[in-house]
Amino acid sequence: MTDHVHTTDEDEHESAYSGLLVNDAHWAFGTDFEDPLAGVDTTIPEGVDAPALAAYALMLGDDALVMSHRISEWTSNAPDLEDDIALSNIALDLLGQARLLLARAAKADASVVPDLPEGSPAPPEDALAFFREAHDFRNVRFAELANGDFADATVRVLLFSIWRLATFERLRSSRDHVLAAVAAKGVKELAYHRDYAARWFVTLAQGTEESRRRLVAALDALWPLWPELFDTHAVEAAAAAAGVGVDPASVREAAEATLDQVLAAADVPRSEAPRRAGVLGRTGRDGMHGEPLSRMLAEMQSVARAHPRGQW
Amino acid sequence: MTLTETARGPAPDAELERHFEATIARNDRIEPRDWMPEGYRKTLVRQIAQHAHSEIIGMQPEGNWITRAPSLRRKAILLAKVQDEAGHGLYLYSAAETLGVSRLELTELLLAGRQKYSSIFNYPTLSYADVGTIGWLVDGAAICNQVPLCRTSYGPYGRAMIRVCKEESFHQRQGYELLATMMRGTDEQRAMVQESVDRFWWPALMMFGPPDADSPNTAQSMAWGIKRNTNDELRQKFVDMSVPQAEALGVTFPDPELRWNEERGHHDFGQPDWEEFMEGVKGNGPCNAQRMAHRRRAHEDGAWVREAATAYAAKQRKATA
Repeated sequence: MTDHVHTTDEDEHESAYSGLLVNDAHWAFGTDFEDPLAGVDTTIPEGVDAPALAAYALMLGDDALVMSHRISEWTSNAPDLEDDIALSNIALDLLGQARLLLARAAKADASVVPDLPEGSPAPPEDALAFFREAHDFRNVRFAELANGDFADATVRVLLFSIWRLATFERLRSSRDHVLAAVAAKGVKELAYHRDYAARWFVTLAQGTEESRRRLVAALDALWPLWPELFDTHAVEAAAAAAGVGVDPASVREAAEATLDQVLAAADVPRSEAPRRAGVLGRTGRDGMHGEPLSRMLAEMQSVARAHPRGQW
Repeated sequence: MTLTETARGPAPDAELERHFEATIARNDRIEPRDWMPEGYRKTLVRQIAQHAHSEIIGMQPEGNWITRAPSLRRKAILLAKVQDEAGHGLYLYSAAETLGVSRLELTELLLAGRQKYSSIFNYPTLSYADVGTIGWLVDGAAICNQVPLCRTSYGPYGRAMIRVCKEESFHQRQGYELLATMMRGTDEQRAMVQESVDRFWWPALMMFGPPDADSPNTAQSMAWGIKRNTNDELRQKFVDMSVPQAEALGVTFPDPELRWNEERGHHDFGQPDWEEFMEGVKGNGPCNAQRMAHRRRAHEDGAWVREAATAYAAKQRKATA
């Protein structure tokens, strides 16, 4: 037992305040560094190449981290309090997924974790989030686009969650226990994100002329990066072949079918905007990003990088 | 809306007034359908709205650091905290709605500058330590102010406050825990914590409002059981509670007059700069313009969305009618 400092108060309502100096174990988020994978079986399944598993987990983790960051930018800016709360919730769910997936990547292959100055207490998932350069991020470009209006947020969450949910539904049977567990939890979260966005999609499509115009414009703006979500990168192909990952191409049909249902309910046609090209054929999964990602990271990583030995 | 009519009640009647006074005297709750004096209703609307607005404006200074939180864990904690504040705003606006005013009306009064929010949020957040200091001192001061309100005479407000206070105590603990963690870190981090505490100590003391002698509304609010303690009583309580916490943390407060007074059994302490406080109240604080512009922009940017939701709901009603 560590030494306890107690303050007491006779008024029961005031116990809210008086617990402050009590070193108990009932903190909302724990008082010390916790291993996010504590208690989960992290052994690498037989026949699976650990670096390939790590590379795959990094892709899924980066998608969640970058998307979470963009959605978190809505906090205190949403059209109504209920939506502020809902968007914060979506950002929190994705952040939770990111933390587990980055931790999984680091555990499978420590060499993916950047070197930090000696004495840095940053856990590996933080080293991955805060000390990698943009070209080391493996997220799809869709996740990193700078935010637009609420129609943009609606379409963005809808497309992303339809795609990720289709992926996670299959990932639940991953041979990797961690990925299977993340997917099992994530499916419930993503189903909520999708339903939230789908409701707004229909509302905006059928609301006013302005809302419909904005919604269609947002769909056109995001559509060029939709096909990239179903490209199969060599890492994904290898993960799928090893039974730990999902080939994005294999979920295209299911995702498109879900999207078509929402579009039909909203009476909005599919966009005709053409697919966006990469750079010399390379896109997000190859570490080739658009301009917004490095700006996002400059902001996101600023405090962590200014204090590489800091305790947070 | 019958609720509103009931809440406003018929013309003051001696019998109703006596019944109201007796309820207050018994320390019982006044409920939305009970008759209440118009002054009581107005005071409550003003106070609950100000409290709700404070939660919503209060999302900004901390929200300022969400995208720069230095660890994934801290980012989750901060996002969840700011989200809770939106939730508190929601319950408080709902409590105000039981008195016959809508959330939209109150928001418009805020944006027109006709209702206030806590001046503390007109101070800027300048380092990540401020997230911790706001949790510890600002939420701590808020808890001192709000805990007695759990026993306030108006039922919906008191019940909302019980829930708000429980969550605020978590917020305060996360703030203190962040600062304690930073104090175990590097010298730069310790300096960052001390600098932040130096900047927020006096504004935190201002959160209890002007000294009792200059607080015109206190007496009536106490007589009605809306307010349970005077500003100075609560300020003293806050100082007395904070001093041992600062010692445990290893920081000092920037007040040369702060010392234990054996005779009184309390700490003596200096007065904050009440002129600076008044500047904030008048709208001239360091971030008043920024906070209001942010809220106005979010509200205006969301107008087409709210219109769309209303139009869609109307179409749905028509379709099912």
